[in-house]
Amino acid sequence: MAHSGINILFEGRNLTRLLGGLWISAKIAFIAIVLGILLGIILGMLRTLKNPLLRVILRLYLEFFRIVPTVVLLFLFYYILPQNFHINLNAEVVATLVFTLWVAAEMSDIVRSGLISVPRHQVDAGKAIGLTTPQLYRYVLLPQSIQLMIPATINLTTRVIKTTSLLLLISVMDVINVGQQIIEANNQHYQNGAFWIYGFIFILYFILCYPLSVWARHIERKEKLRNNG
Amino acid sequence: MKKGRILTGLLAAASVFALAFTTPQPTKAASNPSSVSAIKKRGTIKVAVFGDLPPYGWVNKDGKRTGYDIALAKQIGKDLNTKVKFVQVNADSRVDALKSNKVDIVLANFTVTPERKQVVAFAKPYMKVSVGVVSPKKKVITKVNQLDGKNLIVTKGTTAESYFTQKQPKVQLQKYDSKTQQFNALKNGRAVALADDNSYLYAWVKNHPNYKVGIKHLGPNQYIAPGIKKGNTSLLNWTNKEINKLNKNGFFKTDYNQNLKPYFGSDVSAKDIIITK
Repeated sequence: MAHSGINILFEGRNLTRLLGGLWISAKIAFIAIVLGILLGIILGMLRTLKNPLLRVILRLYLEFFRIVPTVVLLFLFYYILPQNFHINLNAEVVATLVFTLWVAAEMSDIVRSGLISVPRHQVDAGKAIGLTTPQLYRYVLLPQSIQLMIPATINLTTRVIKTTSLLLLISVMDVINVGQQIIEANNQHYQNGAFWIYGFIFILYFILCYPLSVWARHIERKEKLRNNG
Repeated sequence: MKKGRILTGLLAAASVFALAFTTPQPTKAASNPSSVSAIKKRGTIKVAVFGDLPPYGWVNKDGKRTGYDIALAKQIGKDLNTKVKFVQVNADSRVDALKSNKVDIVLANFTVTPERKQVVAFAKPYMKVSVGVVSPKKKVITKVNQLDGKNLIVTKGTTAESYFTQKQPKVQLQKYDSKTQQFNALKNGRAVALADDNSYLYAWVKNHPNYKVGIKHLGPNQYIAPGIKKGNTSLLNWTNKEINKLNKNGFFKTDYNQNLKPYFGSDVSAKDIIITK
C-alpha cells in the first residue's frame, strides 16, 4: 500500500486502454450527432408543414424518444427487439442507431422552434417574390433561424457525449467500462484506484465537452451583439 | 378535439408496443443460431464473461482477459476448434444476453438457482461455493455451535445472512451494508467471527494473515455452471460432455492453480472449490 494511487494510470497499457475506450465513446457520439442533426433538420422542416397525419407521426416519434429514458431505449434495441424480430446488431451499431434516432428527435424540435420563430412577414415577402416552398426554406427560413438553433444544438451535443457513459450496460467497451475493469483488477494493490480512474475520466469528458460549451457561449454573445447592434 | 387526438396517439403507441412484444418466438432447432453445428460453421463461439471480477473474469494491465472462467472459455474454444469472442456482461444482463442470442454461452461466475433455472439451462457445474466463517487465528471458530449466543458479522442480502437467519437462530447477527464495512467491523473486534461466501473469505485472509477461515463449508453447496439458452439442447449436451471430460483430465485443477490459488490463502486447497467427480 506504499504505492501512490496515481500510478494505476501508468501501469501496463492502462492509459492506452482508457484512451481507446474514450475513442469508442467519442466515435459513437460523433457519428450519432452528425447523422442525427442531418435527419433532425429534415424532420424539423417536415414538422412545420401543415399535413396533420405527418405532424402526429413526427410528434409521436419525438415524444417517444424524449420521454423514454436512454437506458431503456438501449436495452430495448439491444436485448428485447432481437428476441422478437431476429435482428441481431452488434453493440456499437445499436448504440449509434439509438443515439442517432434520439438526436434526430430532439433536433427536430429545435429546428421546428427555430423555424417558427422567423417573423411571418419574412415568409409572406418570400412568397410575394415567387419563391417555391423549398426555396423559401433554403433562402429565407433556414439562414435566419440557424443562429437560434446553434446554442440548443451544442447543448444537445454535450448531453449526447455525456450519455455515452450508459453504453457499458450494453457491453460496449467504452471509457467507463474500461475504467471499471482497471479499478477491479487493481483493487488489491490500489485501494483508492477508483478515485484516480474516475478523476481521469472526468478530465477526459471535460476536455471533450468544455470547448463546445465555450463555443456555445461565444456564439450567443455574437448573436446578442448582432441583434442589439 | 384535442382529447381525441391524444387518444389516437396513445392507441397508436400501444399497438406498436403490442406488435413488438407479442410476435411469437420461433426457436426451432433448425433455426437455432447457437447450436454446436452453427457455432462451428461460424468459426467463433460467443462467450459472456465478467470484466471486473478477479480472479474469475477480469482484464489485466496489458488489456488481456484472464481468470478462472476465461481459461475455461478458451479451452472450450480449443475443443470446439473455433475462436472465442468475449462479450463482457454485468451480473444482471447475463440472462438477457443469452435470450437475445448475443452470446452462445455464459461463463460469468453464474450461480445455479431455482429462479434462474426457469429461464436458462445450466450445464454441469464446474465450481462450488458455500457459506464460510472467518475468525481471528488466536480464537479460531471451527464449529458452528461455538457461535451459539455470540455475535456474528454478515452483510445484508447475502446467502450467509439467510442461512444463519433460517438455520442457526441461536447465533446473534450483526448486519452490515457493504463488504468494506463488515471486514472493518471484524478487524475492530465487534464480533467473534464473520460469515460470507467462502470464496470471498479465502481471498480476504490472503491479505490478512492473522485471520483464518475456520469453517469452510456451511449449509448446502451452491454451484457455478455454464449457462445456455433454454431449448439449445445441442450445445447443452456438448457442454455437459466437455465439463465431464475436463473434470476427469484435471483441467480444473490446473486452472485453479493458475488463476485462483495466487488469490486465496494457503489454507485453501483445490478440492474446496473445484468439482472432481
